[in-house]
Amino acid sequence: MTSLTYLVAYAAIIVFLLAVASRIIRYIKNPIHLRWELYPVAHEGGDRASYGGSYYEDVDWWNKPRHSSRINELKVMIPEILFLLAVFEHKRPLWYVTYPFHLGLYFVVLFIGLLGIGSISQLTGIMADTPIMTAVFAVTNLLGPAGLILTVAGAVGLLFKRITDPDLSNYSSFEHYFNLVLFIVTAGVGIITWLFVDPTFDMARTFVANFISFNFAAIDSSLFILQVLLVVLTIAYIPLTHMSHFFMKYFLYHDIRWGDEPNIDSPKTDEKIGIVLNYPVTWSAPHIAGTGNTWAEVATHNPAAAKEEKKE
Amino acid sequence: MVKRLKINDISKDTEQLTSVANEDLMPLPWDIEEKEWEPLSDDIKEKYVCILDDTMILPIPKPKTKEEEDELVKKFLAGMEKLFSKENNWTFLSMIETTMENCAKCNTCSDACHQYEASGKNEMYRPTYKSEVFRRIYKKYIKKEPLSGLRNGNVDLNWRTVARLGELAYRCNVCRRCAQTCPIGVDNALVAREIRKIFSQEMGITTPELHDKGSMLQLGVGSSTGMTPMVVRDNVDFIDEDFSEELGVEFKTPWDVEGADILLIHNAGEIMSWPDNVAAFSLIFNRAGLSWTLSSDIAAYDSINYGVFYDDVQAARTALIHAQAAKKLGVRRIVLGECGHAHKALTVIADRILPPGLQVPRESCFPILRDIVKSGKLNLDPSRNDFPVTLHDPCNVTRLMGIIKPQREIMAAICPQFREMVPHGVHNYCCGGGSGYAIMSRNTIHEWRNKIAGRKKIEQILNAFSDCRGPEQKKYVCAPCSNCKGQIRDMIERYELLEKENMTYAGVVELIVNAMPDVEHEVIIKWEEGY
Repeated sequence: MTSLTYLVAYAAIIVFLLAVASRIIRYIKNPIHLRWELYPVAHEGGDRASYGGSYYEDVDWWNKPRHSSRINELKVMIPEILFLLAVFEHKRPLWYVTYPFHLGLYFVVLFIGLLGIGSISQLTGIMADTPIMTAVFAVTNLLGPAGLILTVAGAVGLLFKRITDPDLSNYSSFEHYFNLVLFIVTAGVGIITWLFVDPTFDMARTFVANFISFNFAAIDSSLFILQVLLVVLTIAYIPLTHMSHFFMKYFLYHDIRWGDEPNIDSPKTDEKIGIVLNYPVTWSAPHIAGTGNTWAEVATHNPAAAKEEKKE
Repeated sequence: MVKRLKINDISKDTEQLTSVANEDLMPLPWDIEEKEWEPLSDDIKEKYVCILDDTMILPIPKPKTKEEEDELVKKFLAGMEKLFSKENNWTFLSMIETTMENCAKCNTCSDACHQYEASGKNEMYRPTYKSEVFRRIYKKYIKKEPLSGLRNGNVDLNWRTVARLGELAYRCNVCRRCAQTCPIGVDNALVAREIRKIFSQEMGITTPELHDKGSMLQLGVGSSTGMTPMVVRDNVDFIDEDFSEELGVEFKTPWDVEGADILLIHNAGEIMSWPDNVAAFSLIFNRAGLSWTLSSDIAAYDSINYGVFYDDVQAARTALIHAQAAKKLGVRRIVLGECGHAHKALTVIADRILPPGLQVPRESCFPILRDIVKSGKLNLDPSRNDFPVTLHDPCNVTRLMGIIKPQREIMAAICPQFREMVPHGVHNYCCGGGSGYAIMSRNTIHEWRNKIAGRKKIEQILNAFSDCRGPEQKKYVCAPCSNCKGQIRDMIERYELLEKENMTYAGVVELIVNAMPDVEHEVIIKWEEGY
């Protein structure tokens, strides 16, 4: 059973990485798209980001330096990521349950990261028995339970809302309920394991150390094995669902919503436009005159003029 | 009729799925008796599918046989397949795919939608309703996800589903206010536009106003107004003469000036419906000493590009013609007049359509006007505009292009009683005429526009003038966009706001001209019937 647990854990991490990579690669491989930005664009420089202004507010904008500010971008991104500001501002009742859920997950991710640091120290002896590592252990011991409790509380709240709020229930499918139950069970088992089997997370840290050193050492507790299996399967499952938004959001914001880069003397963009204008068009409506013609040919065809010529 | 709609109700075999009763409408800040919906005529019902709600925008021919019903579904799926292919939809593939895959269905966007709110939160008009139906079809029939029904929810795909989805795509102004609130970046307004594209580009079903009398007429004779190059020159010559006389100052609009600095492109609707706007531009640009011209090339005297509302190919064709006209004249830049969607179409959308040889710089008129006003060249007298003025922000100019301050700097300089609507700028509400509604008045569409699509805007306007209500005080709604002006004109008429509130509307340039000390006062701006 122990070996199987390790093997499932490796497989799950591989599935997770492949699923994330596949979504990202699929997006990146898409051809250039039209601009479809939406203001406020966070990286606008000066005070423009604060009121939603853009470089189009300047006369001769293409001859002027465009001011882009990473700080302005972070001023929007960090509160959005840390506090889910959009939900806070536009759907407060949902925020009360979705925020604990997401905060719980953030804590759990940090907790796993700290377990990793602890286990590396355990394996290599680096900084072992130093105040820094004592602090890491202490924070791990705080974040783990806090994250698990918040996750369960948030997921229970979300489940309740999804069932009772007609605004949400009409749009919820089996997958929504399944996902929330999965989080409740996984984090719930985590809490039980912490309370009754591994209160100091030593067992968890040792498992991570064994995992990263490919040491299939025995695991004594069935409950702990169950917890490991649930956690890794949940990790593998997340990017296969709409929860992929946790990383795809980067592209939705940076490439689409804030994608305001104009095409000025950009051979790279022109090359990309050249590629798509040579794609074949097969839209069937009569005015398109598609059926295998390229976009360049279709776009330079005037169906109204063709109609007139026919009449003559 | 179904009271609380479920997703799968869209496929139901009912004559009309929903209706917005007067008592359900969002209340307005004054007593107004709303008319009942006029019934659609039997003739319309006989010819077209009218099974969604109280109106019909997209004329889908009514299938007469089972084969025709099946054909409708088949064609829709064929179009949907193409919508998710890079060859046919490189333009929006990244956006529509990510919207399909990442929505958490949290409905954070719902309350941002003016139509949803105005309809009394009728489920049909929730931004996510159409998207959810569309997503379920996509996952099951296009992506063919295993266990799709179980995972994502089911929807019965029949001809009614398809027809209602097509119609529902025209219950959205594509103002993208919903997208602005989405924590993830999902764009439910885009879904409406992409459904419109399937109907147009694959099924050949479009609204006559946007297609036959819109983009096709523009590509054919040069303008959706039907004006040929000769007619448009005659009309503008007449405007020059007429307004020179009325305003008491001579001016002449230049045509086809090779090598001019600016090619100004108006929405030709201005020439027909709001000639004061055309005259005002000519007067301001001449007095500012700009080197500028209009073009009489086919379609280059009409900045409209209705393709951006429903058809990528038509959008690309129109943008190419505009850029070609500028190249031919050898101008340094194209400047867009007061038309929101034309702004976005030619500056933002066309940016990745135009090949290198046609990349003529394109910009908005508002920063230029701001610089002219602030330069002092026109010697403007703000006291001539001493009446309450509020500013409507066209979505395409503000939320979709980020041009917020220039208009406000002009207002601050020449309108002593300027007041903002709440909210405004990038968070504004659509006028209700966006994405082509403003030019539609068939059957009960006008009623839909006034009662529901424009309801939030009229509430905002009334609230902006809450300190000066009544007919004693003149009021001015500045709406610097042709489509928005058309919608606001109709609402002012519908709610009798000229009579009851002494309210008129026009653009930014009319206010600038009205502030010119040597120009006949309040000729360019009128508070009278039939304006």
